[in-house]
Amino acid sequence: MELVSDVSALFGRHMRHLARIPEKLLSVTLMPIAYVIVFGVLFGSAISVPGSDYRSFLMAGIFTQMMLTNVGNTALGVAGDLGNGVVDRFRSLPMSRSAVLIGRTLSDVALAVIACVAMAVVGYLIGWRVHQGIPKAVAGFGILLLLGYAMSWLGALIGLLARSAEAVNSIAFMLVMPLTFLSNAFIPLNGLPGWLRVLCEWNPVSAVVAACRELFGNTSTGTGKGALPVQYPIPLSLALIALLLAIVVPAAVGAYRKAAAR
Amino acid sequence: MDMVIEAEGIRKRYGDQEALRGVDLSVPAGTLLGLLGPNGAGKTTTVRVLATLLEADAGRASVAGYDVSTHPREVRRRIGLTGQYAALDERLTGRENLQLIGVLHRLGRRGAKTRADVLLDRLDLGQVAARPVKTYSGGTRRRLDLAASLIAGPKVLFLDEPTTGLDPTSRLILWDMIREQLAGGVTVLMTTQYLEEADQLADRIAVIDGGRVIADGTSDELKAKVGGERLEVTVQDDAAIPAAVTALREVTAMEPAVERNGRTLSVSLRDQLKTVAEAASALDAAQVRPIGFAVRRPSLDDVFLALTGGTTGKEG
Repeated sequence: MELVSDVSALFGRHMRHLARIPEKLLSVTLMPIAYVIVFGVLFGSAISVPGSDYRSFLMAGIFTQMMLTNVGNTALGVAGDLGNGVVDRFRSLPMSRSAVLIGRTLSDVALAVIACVAMAVVGYLIGWRVHQGIPKAVAGFGILLLLGYAMSWLGALIGLLARSAEAVNSIAFMLVMPLTFLSNAFIPLNGLPGWLRVLCEWNPVSAVVAACRELFGNTSTGTGKGALPVQYPIPLSLALIALLLAIVVPAAVGAYRKAAAR
Repeated sequence: MDMVIEAEGIRKRYGDQEALRGVDLSVPAGTLLGLLGPNGAGKTTTVRVLATLLEADAGRASVAGYDVSTHPREVRRRIGLTGQYAALDERLTGRENLQLIGVLHRLGRRGAKTRADVLLDRLDLGQVAARPVKTYSGGTRRRLDLAASLIAGPKVLFLDEPTTGLDPTSRLILWDMIREQLAGGVTVLMTTQYLEEADQLADRIAVIDGGRVIADGTSDELKAKVGGERLEVTVQDDAAIPAAVTALREVTAMEPAVERNGRTLSVSLRDQLKTVAEAASALDAAQVRPIGFAVRRPSLDDVFLALTGGTTGKEG
């Protein structure tokens, strides 16, 4: 009960930020829209994949890429609170210890919901459609947001350990770049050399993207056989996200306990 | 007397650096203990241990009747902490900041709102309450930060260099706020680099250096430790120094100390009025025309320099 009231107070704090920090509002509206236009329209017009139009194929990848930006968003917010003493104040209050991180990660997921809506609308305008019915599409977004939640916790851990905005930016970039591009987000994997293909197939991002493509009905026929995550993307993406959360949540809560600023 | 803050043999190590090497403190109810020391002496670490932010490696501490390591949550219910920088959310307004802290202090939404309004009014923050904190001046920020630490009516207040970097007017306002809390029965532990601040506010002062309390007592007791009053004579140019030294030596039978710029001499005064009169006529007879002639009581600066071996630093 106490946890719920603390989390809701902190959630309210972050939602107020959305209205007050223009960059934050832009990052959940204009940026995702730009992603869809740049990747979907520009690349989508130049490349084709077998069995599907590339634009529709790309949408799951773009949604997933957006979820990965939660790493940096959450990490920057946490590092900022550490740097200006806000975390010290919270730690001196008789509040529950995990509330600060839960409030932060949940609010970053709420922002991801806004981003998903913006992207889906623009996607629709450029011709993206779901073909498996609304319940399955909603399930696809559920998996995406779970990934976003796990990425927020990963970001919280990075923010607590790295502490400075500069370090956070470079760590998040080094992490998110390979996760995005060594995956099936923008390309079908069957054209890759063997070892690279195995690496990309086991990337949890690939499982999430493949699961969304399946649930949205945007699959390419050229996928063929592959590693387990590509064959059974829905259960495996859930399992990989659960595994990630099981590692990152306790680590971040532990780091918060020790986050005495100096 | 009833001790509200008590620490015994607190030790804290960061890697191979010992920040605290056995700190003992006790603060009676409703008084202010000034914790004075140079940078890196262990002032902030002490506050962080007592405010439950940091776990000590050894020793025992209790605040408001609860052990900080076994009952941290009980301690947190009863303390307010103001750190070295204003720990506020820049994007929220002053009122929103106070309400947030109030809700997290479990005052309930309505309780937090009422209490925030009372504090905004009392600390004269009414006009700026609806503006985001990032538009505040340094002094206003500190005032709001202090208000945030007062939101739940704490029994004990920890103030870590509360006025560092403030202009004199803001400092005086903050001092008044601290005095008001003391008058209301709050017990305060305040760290400071400003000796004047400790002199003004503290009932007792503990001087900390190298992770240990090296002296404590009232301001007067500490000053008595470095000796009594001194006569200071400042001359216009170097040529007058030898004559002045001779004259003062004859009167006091002691070697005058040459201070600061090299043109100020000082001797300790035993028999105040008589020595002052004799020194004045001896200087006059030696045709020394001092531009400064003053009796000075030792300041806390003198105490501080004498006790810490001159490792003082003024900045934070």
